[in-house]
Order: sequence, then C-alpha cells, then structure tokens
Amino acid sequence: MSEHLLNTVLQIADDHLILGHRVSEWCGHAPMLEEDLSMPNMALDLIGQARSLYTYVAQLEGKGRTEDDFAYLRGDREYRNCLLVERNNEDFAHTVLRQLYFAAFMKPFWEAMHTCSDETLVNISHKAVKEIAYHVRHCGEWVIRLGDGTAISAERMHDAVLALHPYTAELFEIDNNRQQCINSGLFPDSQALQPAWTSTINQIFTQAKLAVPRDEYPQTGGRKGLHTEDFGILLSQLQYMQRAYPGASW
Amino acid sequence: MVTDINLAKARRIAAEVADPELPFLTVEDLGILREVSVEDDVIIARLTPTYSGCPAVSVIEKDVLNALTQAGFNARVVRSDMPPWTTSWITPEGIAKLQSNGISPPEPAGMSDALFATRVVACPRCQSEDTEKVSEFGSTPCKAQYRCNTCKEPFDHFKCH
Repeated sequence: MSEHLLNTVLQIADDHLILGHRVSEWCGHAPMLEEDLSMPNMALDLIGQARSLYTYVAQLEGKGRTEDDFAYLRGDREYRNCLLVERNNEDFAHTVLRQLYFAAFMKPFWEAMHTCSDETLVNISHKAVKEIAYHVRHCGEWVIRLGDGTAISAERMHDAVLALHPYTAELFEIDNNRQQCINSGLFPDSQALQPAWTSTINQIFTQAKLAVPRDEYPQTGGRKGLHTEDFGILLSQLQYMQRAYPGASW
Repeated sequence: MVTDINLAKARRIAAEVADPELPFLTVEDLGILREVSVEDDVIIARLTPTYSGCPAVSVIEKDVLNALTQAGFNARVVRSDMPPWTTSWITPEGIAKLQSNGISPPEPAGMSDALFATRVVACPRCQSEDTEKVSEFGSTPCKAQYRCNTCKEPFDHFKCH
C-alpha cells in the first residue's frame, strides 16, 4: 500500500512545486505592483504545501531522502505532475486561468480529504484549503475582469481557454496507484470532484462571457512522467543551483 | 531536572519571542505557541505555523530555540500542524497591538468565498469604515492592502484566515 500512497502523494507534491515555480516566475515582472505581490504570495502557498507533501513522501519512502532531494535532484521523467501546471506563463490571461483551473480542483479535493483516513494528509488539507480558497477567488475575479474587459483582454482570455482547457482532463485522471489509494479511503475520488470543478468554472466563465470548450483532445501524460518540451527548461532553472553547487544551502 | 518553576520560566521566555515581520507581536500574541512541556528533562516548545509557505515560520522556530538555549535550557521546537492556526487564536493583546501599529486586525467571522465580496474593514488610524481594498495580497502572506477614503492613509489589513 505504501508504494501506491507514495506515488500518489508524489503526484500532488509535484503539481504544487511545479505550479509554484511557474507562478514565481512573475516575481518582478507582473503587470502592476499589486499583482507583483499576489503572484509570489500564491507561489509561496504552493511551495509551502509542496514542502509538507515532499516531507511526507520522503518519510513514506524511508530511504533517508529529504524534501530537497525530491524537489531538486530528479530527472524530468521522474516528475509526476500533470501537464497543466508546467504550461508556460505566456501572458497574464494564461497565468490566472491556469491557476483558476488548478485551484478550482484543489479546493474540493482538500475539502474531501478532510474525511479521508491518512492523518498527515488530513492535517495538510486543513491548512491548504484556506490558502487555495484565496486563489480561486483572486484568479476567478481576474478571469472575469479580463474576459469581460476590453476587446484585447477578452481575446487573450479566449486564447488562453483554447490553449489550456485540453489540459484540465488530466486533473481527474486516476491511475492504478491512485485507484488503490481511493479504494483504501486514503485519497478522495478525483472523478467525484468533477461536478464541483465544472460548476465553479461554468459560473465564472458565464460572468466572464467566455464559452467552455468541449473536451475534444485531452492532453495527458504527466502522471507517467511524459512531459512537454517547456518542462525541461523549467527544471533546468529550478535545479540549476543544486546541480552547479551540490548541497548548497541558505 | 526541570522543575515547575523552570518550566514556567521556559514558557515565559518562549512566549516573549517576537515575530520577525511584525516585531511588536510575540508568538504568544499570535497564538502560535501552543504548548511548552517537558519530556525527559528536555523542554519541548510546540509551535503551529501560520501559512504553509510563510518564510517567517522557520525563523520563528530558530528564534524560540535560540532563546531557550541561551537561557540554559536543553530545548527542542516541534512543529504542530493540527489543529491548523486561525486568526481567531490571536489574543486580545495581539489585536490591540496590531491596531496601535496601524494594521487593521482580522475580522472575527469566517471570510466569504464569494467573488468580488467586499468586507467592511475599519481604518486603524481614524476608525472610518469608508475604506477600499487596494490589493488582496500584501508584504507578507497574512496581510492585504487597503486605503482609507476619509483620512486618505494606506494601511495593512491582517487577513482573516
């Protein structure tokens, strides 16, 4: 069992680290000062949650690895994050939409985790759910502002939806590891969270005057370690310091 | 041997450690010092982190450990995640200190998840309720930025969490 649990916790740990890193790329580059604060704040939430999750993965593995070994010293095929979180920032529309898609899934996920049976994950869920609720609200508001904004902002929002929507199906994917965890009551059933996610997205898209595309060509592979081209570039930046100066610490 | 008197002293020393970002607030004011106890003659200080990714958390843990060690105690700091910290643990003294340092304290009720929800946040300087939110996020994970339309001063608001 612990092998299944380890692999499944690793999936969500990787989701949080990689999205946290992507969001942190905005630090110093956001379109206005307030968002230059909000982006690193959200990145901190995600990386903080990733740290708790990696620490638990290391504990489950029991081979003396630490959170840093998992974050900095694995090759791209060893990462199990979904593809959505590694997509490039592109512009502010892509960034807030990617964050909304992810947060709208994680909020009901953590809420459902409250009644699961793994004590460590339950503890993490109570903290994370408060933080992620903020992300849903903040990014939901931006999607509405931009979607129902100027002709240019609406066009960019529309482009972001077309580009990112195919990556949302992977959020609900259940591989064998996760299925075992769901069967044992350790993880919530991702597919049961789909109505909550769809309702959040539909509600926000209606206000944003955006159409929800049909899921025609879902893009998946991240859970098997098959990533997009952008991912290698992300990892080279994320891991640079530890690769160049092994063991460096603050 | 740690006596009851020593334990009380250790508790007092740990409680007086200040938050590095809000140095007028102690760990006791914030409500994050959950317990100081003795196990096998070692002082155990239990601290609950505020936000998952708050960089101040590890600094506070080190500061508490240093304060206890410098006072001659054999001490250990333990992170306690459950139950999760909430702003309702901030003590009345902490609330008063926030207010007098120009930070509007968190509202007691749970925050609404509704999009574009507006909350009445009073200006910590002139108490006017005619204020507006500038940014949902501020200089630390726990704060948002507001401005007062009456006295025209910007101020930080400690978010309800």
